[in-house]
Amino acid sequence: MYSFDMVRPTSVADAVSALGQDEAQALGGGQTLIPTLKQRLAMPSVLVSLSGIDELKGVCREDNGDLSIGGGTTHATVAAEAAAHYPGLASLAGGIGDPAVRNRGTIGGSLANNDPSACYPAAALGSGATIVTNTREIAADDYFQGMFTTALEEGEIITSVRFPVPEAAGYAKFEQPASRFALTAVYVAKYADGVRVAVTGASENGVFRWTEAEQALSSNFSPDAVAGLSVPADGMISDLHGTAAYRAHLVGVMTKRAVAAAS
Amino acid sequence: MAEVTMTVNGKSVTKSVKGNTLMTEFLRDELRLTGTHVGCDTSQCGACNIHVNGNLVKACTMFAGEADGAEISTIEGQANADGSLNVIQQAFQDHHGLQCGFCTPGMVMAAASLLKENPKPTEAEVRDYLEGNICRCTGYHNIVKAILAASGQDVSGIAAE
Repeated sequence: MYSFDMVRPTSVADAVSALGQDEAQALGGGQTLIPTLKQRLAMPSVLVSLSGIDELKGVCREDNGDLSIGGGTTHATVAAEAAAHYPGLASLAGGIGDPAVRNRGTIGGSLANNDPSACYPAAALGSGATIVTNTREIAADDYFQGMFTTALEEGEIITSVRFPVPEAAGYAKFEQPASRFALTAVYVAKYADGVRVAVTGASENGVFRWTEAEQALSSNFSPDAVAGLSVPADGMISDLHGTAAYRAHLVGVMTKRAVAAAS
Repeated sequence: MAEVTMTVNGKSVTKSVKGNTLMTEFLRDELRLTGTHVGCDTSQCGACNIHVNGNLVKACTMFAGEADGAEISTIEGQANADGSLNVIQQAFQDHHGLQCGFCTPGMVMAAASLLKENPKPTEAEVRDYLEGNICRCTGYHNIVKAILAASGQDVSGIAAE
């Protein structure tokens, strides 16, 4: 690792001010950033650890029924505390990485990084969540802007994520067994006004909505409804783990499994 | 450099650390607690597992500065007060749950976390929980058996493989 200082503010306001320094970088749970630093792929002058900020942690049900999750909440806490309110989301959180990773990694860190194979982007886009930062609220449909790219500005911190709770939701992940990231995974969520389908791990542009499947599932929420649909292989990720055509095929398979698993 | 204070295996420790000092480096180089092993240093293998405020964490993927104010337990703090092996450690010995022993500290720390959350896990639950721990010797079978035995379950019906 290159040399850098670390500060550990205890409030969002202090963190925002620390992030105003030259080459400052926010540190969530560090489960992606620390390996990145070890490979010398980043050279911050100062890391601003968000782990000491209590106001960023916790899961709570809002008056309108939405589930609000603090940006600094770990996957393990979401898996445990969201289970009674939004089981589909809790189950997704409980399947990220491994137990030790889930005790450090945070929802805000995952969404800010927007890895094209991460789980949380699928849940946020598939739920039509709202990303709340220290300065504004961003709809998930506007937030994800391609691989590792989001609407966040320099120094902007995800303070919470607000999920409308669906009637049913399911997540089906075809896991890359070494990294435990999604080779392709699909999140489906059924709301009173329609179904949303979000795909991660497949596209070179990161997480995306499969609108054709959304229309089919909105009129018939069953695996059969998407049986005749397919996504084109153009623009899908192709690597040693799977070709673009293979991933395109998995999108259909995992959508069916996600619908079958929805609860 | 920043000063950090934490409790490690019941003892309070205060040291100056650099921003990029990992918990593995802090434990092994500063405190000379070398039972926490560095296997991969890429958060895959789990040999460096420790408990931070009671939660399982890979010490290679956390900075020492982030542990300020935390309660840390390492493999060195696992034995009984009289120095004898605790139930999990004894079960690893009884069921041949280790060969070279390099992964064992992380396995024992993971097992302790699992049994705290789920005192009577099934075999499938044990295997699932060990997803982030890699062993190159045992084939995992006797590790799983040792953890099931440590949970007080009968493992006489589980054949050795």
